[in-house]
Amino acid sequence: MQAFDEGKIFLDKISREIKIEPQDWMPEQYRKTLIRQMSQHAHSEIVGMLPEGNWITRAPSLKRKAILIAKVQDEAGHGLYLYSAAETLNITREEMIGQLHAGKAKYSSIFNYPTLTWADIGAIGWLVDGAAIMNQVPLCRCSYGPYARAMIRICKEESFHQRQGFDILFTLSNGTGAQKKMAQDAINRWWWPSIMMFGPNDDASPHTKQSMDWKIKRFTNDELRQKFIDVCAEQVKVLRLTLPDEKLKWNDERKHYDFGDIDWEEFRNVVNGNGPCNKERMDARIRAHKEGEWVREAAAAHAEKIKLRQQKAVA
Amino acid sequence: MPQHEWPLWEVFIRSKNGLDHKHAGSLHAADAQMAIEHARDVYTRRMEGISIWVVESKYIHASNPEEASSLYDPANDKPYRHPTFYDLPEEVKNM
Ligand SMILES: [Fe+2]
Ligand SMILES: [Fe+2]
Repeated sequence: MQAFDEGKIFLDKISREIKIEPQDWMPEQYRKTLIRQMSQHAHSEIVGMLPEGNWITRAPSLKRKAILIAKVQDEAGHGLYLYSAAETLNITREEMIGQLHAGKAKYSSIFNYPTLTWADIGAIGWLVDGAAIMNQVPLCRCSYGPYARAMIRICKEESFHQRQGFDILFTLSNGTGAQKKMAQDAINRWWWPSIMMFGPNDDASPHTKQSMDWKIKRFTNDELRQKFIDVCAEQVKVLRLTLPDEKLKWNDERKHYDFGDIDWEEFRNVVNGNGPCNKERMDARIRAHKEGEWVREAAAAHAEKIKLRQQKAVA
Repeated sequence: MPQHEWPLWEVFIRSKNGLDHKHAGSLHAADAQMAIEHARDVYTRRMEGISIWVVESKYIHASNPEEASSLYDPANDKPYRHPTFYDLPEEVKNM
């Protein structure tokens, strides 16, 4: 009887838009879904620092370098907010990072593509952060309190990420012929992986309905993807560049842009570990974690020593 | 392989003089000083605060969510605690 009541209270809260907090009763599957989604999200923020970090030392000016450092630092913060929020669901940071390093947890497949030129930093900001924002804004209203609060913080910080990317592309597009070509080439390579970021089509996404019922998700993958394409199709005109899709065309009946077929074979391949940089990304994360082990150990030992010294002083 | 997971800390930030400290989030740190340093890097990169409190999470005691109704119930039937309970004569403009 008890469990039935708790389940009813839970669903009642969801339907009345009352946030679920860490100590509240929740279905085991709700907890599991959130842990999976939030830890994947956190991993994506952390792994996402790698492709951009690749250009920090080679940014074309001091101003661009300072901006890129600030952005990458934000992403580290986003990872931390999300890991902390996930920890309220009774999983430790150590476990989550262990899952990532063991290849058991996923992260956004977009970060398995290489950053070949400076224009890629522009394309990542405009498209990858742009797609992330499209996904993240509705998550600010997610039914799980700690996740929603982390997302509000993240969304506040994200808007400069997208703008700085657009600014890079806009500058290149208005530069020399070679610079404009470089910007177009970056968009050509990042466009399709970016729209894959919204995940499989709705009919191939079995968890969507449950997540929508629980108000973890507010829009389906296809709805968000369409919104993103509509926005980008307009913004690319301001850049005086194009999106690499011959079928992209305004449909006056639907009041949306039509677009070409997504290569889901490529998507599955990259998700399953066979993208251009999967191995490099994982190796970099594991190496960083291993090389930091002595620092974590030393800091813990130092804190212990100080504590003992203070206890002695009191005694 | 030995792991050294640092304890969890809750971070509270005062955004402006005269306001309360408000819960901002949590983080791991080896000790209080490191927790404050990390909180500054993570939670106040855009002038979000002028003062930081950190408390090790294990020292926070919370009310039981199942007892939430008993916490709020007694207040519910005492509407006379609110100023709107009282009808004032029209002549009294401000009180
Ligand atoms: Fe981010
Ligand atoms: Fe970002």
